[in-house]
Amino acid sequence: MRKQSIMPRLRRMFTVHNLVIGIPMIWLFALTAAPLLLVLNISLAHMDITSVSSLWHWADNELTLKFNFGNYLYLGEDSLYFDTYVSSLKFAALTTLYCLIVGYPFAYFISRAPAHLRTMLLMLVMLPFWTSFLLRIYAWKALLADNGVVNNGLMGLGVIASPIHMMHTSFSLTIGMVYAYLPFMVLPLYATLVKLDGRMLEAAADLGASPFKTFWLVTVPLTKRGIIAGSLLVFIPAFGEYVIPELLGGPRTLMIARVLWDEFFSNNDWPMASAVTIVMILLILVPMALFNRYNDETRLGEKS
Amino acid sequence: MRNMYGRSLFGRSWLIAVFIFLYIPIVTLVVYSFNDSRLSTVWTGFTFKWYVDASHDRELIDGLIISLKLAFMSASLSVIFGTFTAFVLVRYGRFKGRGLLASMANAPLVMPDVIVGISLLLMLVALQKWLGFPERGIGTILLGHALIGTSFATVVIISRLREIDLRLEEAAMDLGCKPFQVFWLVTLPLIASALVSAFLLTFTLSFDDVVIAAFLSGPGSTTLPLVIFSRARLGLDPSINAVATVIIVVVSIGVIASSLYQLRAERRRQREVADAYAQGKS
Repeated sequence: MRKQSIMPRLRRMFTVHNLVIGIPMIWLFALTAAPLLLVLNISLAHMDITSVSSLWHWADNELTLKFNFGNYLYLGEDSLYFDTYVSSLKFAALTTLYCLIVGYPFAYFISRAPAHLRTMLLMLVMLPFWTSFLLRIYAWKALLADNGVVNNGLMGLGVIASPIHMMHTSFSLTIGMVYAYLPFMVLPLYATLVKLDGRMLEAAADLGASPFKTFWLVTVPLTKRGIIAGSLLVFIPAFGEYVIPELLGGPRTLMIARVLWDEFFSNNDWPMASAVTIVMILLILVPMALFNRYNDETRLGEKS
Repeated sequence: MRNMYGRSLFGRSWLIAVFIFLYIPIVTLVVYSFNDSRLSTVWTGFTFKWYVDASHDRELIDGLIISLKLAFMSASLSVIFGTFTAFVLVRYGRFKGRGLLASMANAPLVMPDVIVGISLLLMLVALQKWLGFPERGIGTILLGHALIGTSFATVVIISRLREIDLRLEEAAMDLGCKPFQVFWLVTLPLIASALVSAFLLTFTLSFDDVVIAAFLSGPGSTTLPLVIFSRARLGLDPSINAVATVIIVVVSIGVIASSLYQLRAERRRQREVADAYAQGKS
């Protein structure tokens, strides 16, 4: 093959077309892929006295690469980490399940409401979502405290005689998580439910299916995309949630983001924190790939 | 038959119950901001003193100013980069690296904030050691917020770009517009409403964030959520309720006003398009 001179090749590379592609490419690469590669790099290092050790070493014309897998091995040995990963997965799964149980009928009834009401109901779902997440979680502290609104209310009504301890338990944590993530479940569900053709349900009923059977065999499969998108939109962030466990969870509630936070800010062990991060990413990689495929609104990867 | 479920008693009670669940914390925040007792749990009487307290609280006010500035800058950057990303993904067909760009734009939507925070912080620390800058502060928080914002802005703008009629851009091209002119004079005005929604959304995302800011902040860049978070960890503080109420009122007015405005703008645009078609036919 004949070698081309460099100028035309450069000119072809720097077209307006490529420049327009280059801008978002460089911006996103610098802030997503590059930092993650660095985290992977640091997770294989170890902590020197004040800084992170270098993975490669050049001396006497010899390049030495040193990978320290100690952090990962330690993750496997210390049951605290394992238990925390499991417990985070469990809380995320429970949150997703409860959001689905509460959110599916909710989205369904909104989508069946008369058209003029629908817009207003949707706006009512969105409105809390726009007001500070942090403040809404903080509000649950006043609601669930021993002398809080819920306990006082129940005692006032004579349902209970003495306050139930709810704050800083897995109950308050779950309530907070479901509360915070419910809109993320409802919106994709609504988007698929509203497109549901009512004639399909009528046809099923005409053919003798009971309402339950119609729901299970027609409605649910037709809204599969929304169910999957909504569940992932809840599950993935819930798995890595920090603020809610910190404000509403118990002192011993195991959530991986809290462990990560402590490892980073209190223990100052960056390689260990990086290893915890990498394993976290590995655990959500499959759900994230699924999300890439299934989310209707954000289907960036394929042509419409 | 079709509406039977939606209008049943069960349907209505489900809707009402969930809306109560969604709104009870907000109502509590507002009600207790007027409560005389320092304990935010027992009602003792009506007062405005927490509002007065909050307005004299330097930490809260400084945090508010920093957060507003930061949110404005973050939203601006997010809309600019979001427009580029969305435009490239929707209009550029297939090109090398398209899948990579799409997944990089998608990832921050669901990636837990702690991961975004920690990875950016480690990169910034490495850069600082290598180049001597950037110092941690508002600028570094801005990078984190603008990253998340870019992803959300991209989603909003993409769905709008897919909606608009390609023929309008083709017509401009046929009439001799250069690609940049087509974008500036035709595409941009058509997606203007999406740009406004994207700006508002990314503004709130930045204004709301605690976790990324906690990782990337430095001295003198304590945002309002960081102040609120550190106080909320310690317990209940009625001044926070006062601040919360002000935010809730402003946001609600903003959301309602902007959705009314967008509804009207959309109707006007449809009418104009219909008129233009009608004129073209006659």
